[in-house]
Amino acid sequence: MSNYNSRNNGEKKSGFTRREFMSISAKGAAAASIPLFFSNNINMAFGKEIPGSSELGNYYNHFGVDEKLIQDIFSTALSYGGDYCDIFFQHSINNTIGLEDKQVNRAYSNIDFGVGIRVLKGDQTGYSFTEDISAKAMKLAAKTAANIASGSKRVDPIDLKLIKPKDYYPIKTKWEDVKIDRKIPYLQRINDKVFTLDKRVVKSSVWFVDQSSYILEASSDGLISYDFQPMTLAYVSCTAEENGKKENNSFSLAIRDGIDFFTPARIDQLAEEAVKRTVSLFEAVKPKGGEMEVVLAAGSSGILLHEAIGHGMEADFNRKKVSIFSDKINKPVAEKIVSIVDDGTNPSIRGSINIDDENIESQRTFLVRNGILESYLHDRISAKHYKVKPTGNGRRQSFRFAPLPRMRNTFMLPGPHKKDEIIKSVKNGLYAETFTNGEVYIGAGDFTFYVKSGFLIENGKLTKPVKDINIIGNGPDVLKKINMVADDFKMAEGGWTCGKNGQGVPVSMGLPTIKVSSITVGGVR
Amino acid sequence: MNRKERTKLAKWVSVKIGKAGAEQSSVYVSNSRKIEIEYRDGQIEKLKESTQNSLSLDLYVDGKYSSHSTNNLDRTDLEKFIGETVSMTKYLSKDKFRSLPDKKLYEGKKDIDLKLNDPDYEKIETKQRVELVREIESAAKKRSDKLISATAGYSDTFSESVMVNSNGFIGEKTSTNYSCGAEATVKDGDKGRPEDYYYSRSRFFKELPSPQFLGERAVDYAVRKIGQEKIDSGIFDMLIENRSVGRILYALYGPMSARSIQQKRSFLEGKIGKQISSAKLTIIDDPFVPKGMGSRLFDNEGITSKKRTIIKNGILKDYYIDSYYGKKLGMTPNSGSSSNLVFEYGNRPIEDITKNIEKGILVTSFIGGNSNPTTGDFSYGVMGLLIEKGKIIKPVNEMNITGNIEELWGKLVEVGNDPYPYSSWRTPSVHFSDIHFSGR
Repeated sequence: MSNYNSRNNGEKKSGFTRREFMSISAKGAAAASIPLFFSNNINMAFGKEIPGSSELGNYYNHFGVDEKLIQDIFSTALSYGGDYCDIFFQHSINNTIGLEDKQVNRAYSNIDFGVGIRVLKGDQTGYSFTEDISAKAMKLAAKTAANIASGSKRVDPIDLKLIKPKDYYPIKTKWEDVKIDRKIPYLQRINDKVFTLDKRVVKSSVWFVDQSSYILEASSDGLISYDFQPMTLAYVSCTAEENGKKENNSFSLAIRDGIDFFTPARIDQLAEEAVKRTVSLFEAVKPKGGEMEVVLAAGSSGILLHEAIGHGMEADFNRKKVSIFSDKINKPVAEKIVSIVDDGTNPSIRGSINIDDENIESQRTFLVRNGILESYLHDRISAKHYKVKPTGNGRRQSFRFAPLPRMRNTFMLPGPHKKDEIIKSVKNGLYAETFTNGEVYIGAGDFTFYVKSGFLIENGKLTKPVKDINIIGNGPDVLKKINMVADDFKMAEGGWTCGKNGQGVPVSMGLPTIKVSSITVGGVR
Repeated sequence: MNRKERTKLAKWVSVKIGKAGAEQSSVYVSNSRKIEIEYRDGQIEKLKESTQNSLSLDLYVDGKYSSHSTNNLDRTDLEKFIGETVSMTKYLSKDKFRSLPDKKLYEGKKDIDLKLNDPDYEKIETKQRVELVREIESAAKKRSDKLISATAGYSDTFSESVMVNSNGFIGEKTSTNYSCGAEATVKDGDKGRPEDYYYSRSRFFKELPSPQFLGERAVDYAVRKIGQEKIDSGIFDMLIENRSVGRILYALYGPMSARSIQQKRSFLEGKIGKQISSAKLTIIDDPFVPKGMGSRLFDNEGITSKKRTIIKNGILKDYYIDSYYGKKLGMTPNSGSSSNLVFEYGNRPIEDITKNIEKGILVTSFIGGNSNPTTGDFSYGVMGLLIEKGKIIKPVNEMNITGNIEELWGKLVEVGNDPYPYSSWRTPSVHFSDIHFSGR
C-alpha cells in the first residue's frame, strides 16, 4: 500500500497488554538489573562476562547467548554471500489496566520474546525471526534469512565492540517494580475528577498502559548494544449529554518514563482536558469548506510535518524514486524561517530512542534548514545506497519485523513571530488545535490530518468552536505556504503511533504556532 | 505444533487455571507460518519467512476479569504465568457482567466445510511464489512508459488454532490466506508521482487472479491519476468504487457495537427498527460464505455463528453484541464482530451507473479523515475522477467530503452489482447524491 498514516492512540483493543503479576511474585528475585521472568526458558549457554560491562553480561544471560554463539549465527547467516547481518533480541512486557463505569475492572497483559535475524545483500533483505532462542532454532532462522544471497562464503569470527549510547530516558522506578494496586488509585482519581468537573458528563473511561522493552542487538560490522525502552500512556475518554445531544472526546499523555511521570498536576490535567475537550463540542459548528488561511496551534499540530514532509523524506521511498521529494535535496522548499528536524534525542519524549534498531546511535537530523531541503531519514540500506552516514532512523515494531527508515520526533524550530500577531493577521480562517489522525500518499504528496477541535478565525479573532473537520493539502505546496512561524514551540504530549508497511512505532511531533496561507478545509456549503 | 499437541496444551492450561483459583477461563492457542516476498527491479527486494506461536487466556477470578497473552509456551513458565495472572486479577474490582458466554450460545454449531484451508498449501514451493511476483512485476513494467517504479508483493499464511472455554466449549480452526498484487508509481510531469495499488486475496493459491491482470491493473490505477487536480467546492453526486466503500461503511459499523452503545458513544443508540439509510441498503452478516475471508462457524468467544440481517431496506435490524456488553445492556449476545458482510446488490456495473450522473466524483480512494461515532459527524479526504454528463472527464484529488454519516447513507441512490471479492466486507460500488465537496 502506498499510503502511510499516523494515529493518536486511543483506547486499546483487547489483547493489549499488562503484566503486573511479575512484580507481585518478584519478591526476592530482584537484584539483577533485568528481571529474569524467563529463567526456566532460556537455554543455559552461560553468558561470557565481558570485563567492565556486567550489564551486557546480564543481557547475554537474559537472552541465553554469548559472543561465540552470536559469531556462529553471523557465520551461518552470511554463509551464502550476504553483505551484512544483524541479530535483534527483544523481550517486551506490556500492561494495561482499564476503568469503565466507575470501576477498575479489567486488566490486560502481553509478553513477547524472540529474536529477528536479517541478512542484506545490496538493497535486498532476507528476514526471519524465532520465538525459540535455542542455538538450533536461531541457526535455522539465520539460514532462512541467508537465502537472500545465493553464493557461498566462509565467514571468520567477528569481534564485537560494545556501543554505549547516551540515555535519553533514564527512569527512577521501573514498571516491573510497580504493583497493580499502586496504579489503580490513579485511575479512580482521574475518573472521580472527571465527574466532578461537569454535570453533563455521563460516561468516562480511563486507561493506563505501561511497556518495558529490553533489546540486545548485534550487527556484523562488529557492534553490539543493549537498551531498555520504557513507555507510559494514560488515556481518558469522556461522554457528555446536553438536551439529548451527546458528545465524546478524549485526551492522552504518553512518555518514556515510569510511574513518577504521573504527578498530581498531570492527573488533574488528564481529567480537565478530557472534560474541556468534550463539552466544548456542544457549541461547535462546521466551517464553510474550501481553501482558507489556517493557523496551527503549537504542539500536536506537528502532525502537519509528519504527513506533509516526514514520510516523503524517509529514504527508502526516495531510493525507489517514489516520493515527491525524490529530486529536491539541496533545493529551497520553504521560506527561510522554516527549519524542520527529526530528532531521537529529546529527553523522555515518546519518539526518542537511545539507539535505533540497527545499531546506529540516535541523533537530530535536519530535514529542512532555513528553507533548504537537507537530509533524508536513513536506515543502513538507504545510507549505503546514497553513500551517506545512517541517521539513526532504522526502526522496527518488534523482533518480528525488519527495520525501515522511520520518524522519531518530528518538529519545526521556533521562528520570529508571536502567536497573537499570527491570529490577528487572519481575516477569515481556521485555528486548528487538536487532532486525531493523518495520512499521506508520498508520491503525489497529498496528505491530510483530522481536526478534532479548533476555532473559526474572523477578523483576527478566535470566534466559534469547530469540530470534526479534515484538512487536505499537498506536501511541497503547503511547505511553501508556511509564511509565519511563532516563538512558542511545544512538543505533542499524546500517544502518537505511526503506521508504515504494517509496522507501528511510537513517535512524537511538535510545532510552534504557524500560519499556512492557503489549504483546503473540509466543511459544508 | 500439531493439532493433538495444541489441544492438549490448551486443555492443560485450562485445568491449571482452574487449580490456580479461577472460576472460569477461555484459553486460545494458535500457531502460524507466514512467507512474504517483495519484488522490484527484476530482483527480490525482501524475503521473509517465519513461524509463530501465541497463547492467550481470559480469566474470571472471584467475579473479576483479566486477559493475558504470551508467546512463551514452555510449561514450567506457563504454570508460573498462570499463578501470577490469577493472583493479580484479584486486585481488580468485581464486575458482575463478566463471565463466559451462556452455554446455550455454543449450541447448534453447523457441521459444514467452509473451505478455508487450501489442501495444496504444503506443496507450494518458494520458487512458485517468486515466479508469481516476478510475473506481476514484469506485467506492470510493460504496461506504461510513465512508470517510475513497480513493486510486486506476495504473502501467504497458514494458521491453526484451538479455543477451550472452561464451561464446555472447544473449537478448532485451520485456514490459509494468500495475497498478491502490486503497487505502481508513475510520472505526472513535474507535478508529482501518483501511486496506486491493486492487491487480491484468496483462501486458495489456485484462485489468485493472473499475474498479468494484477500487474496491469495496479499500473492502470496509477496512470488514471495523471493530471489530477482539485476542482471548485460544490454539492454534487458521489460514486464510490467498491474496494473503497469500507471507509464510510466502517463509520456505520463501529457505532453498531454493543460497547459503543453501552458507553454512549454511538449515534445508533435506540435506532433498532428505524430508518438509518435509504431503502437501497440491505446488509446481511453471513458467516457461511464458502471460502469467505470472514467465514466462521463460531466467533472469538465461541458463540455459534448465525446468518443475520443487519440492515433491511435501510432499517437497522440488529447490533453487534458480545457477551459482556450484551449483559450490561440486557441484550442477547449475537457476536461482537462482523463475519462476511454481503449486500443486496444492484443490477448494474459501475460503468453504467456513471452514465446517469450529471455531475459527480467517482471516488477511487479515501485519504485520512475520520468519523465521530457519537454524533456521526464525518470529514474525509478523497481522490478520484470527475464525472460530467455521464462521462469521466479528468482525475481529481485534494478534496474533502464533509457531513453526517446517517444523512450520507440516507442519500444512497443506487448500489452496483459488483461485490468486492478480496475482503470479508463484500461491498458494491455505491452512488450518493448531494455530497458536500470542499476543494478550491
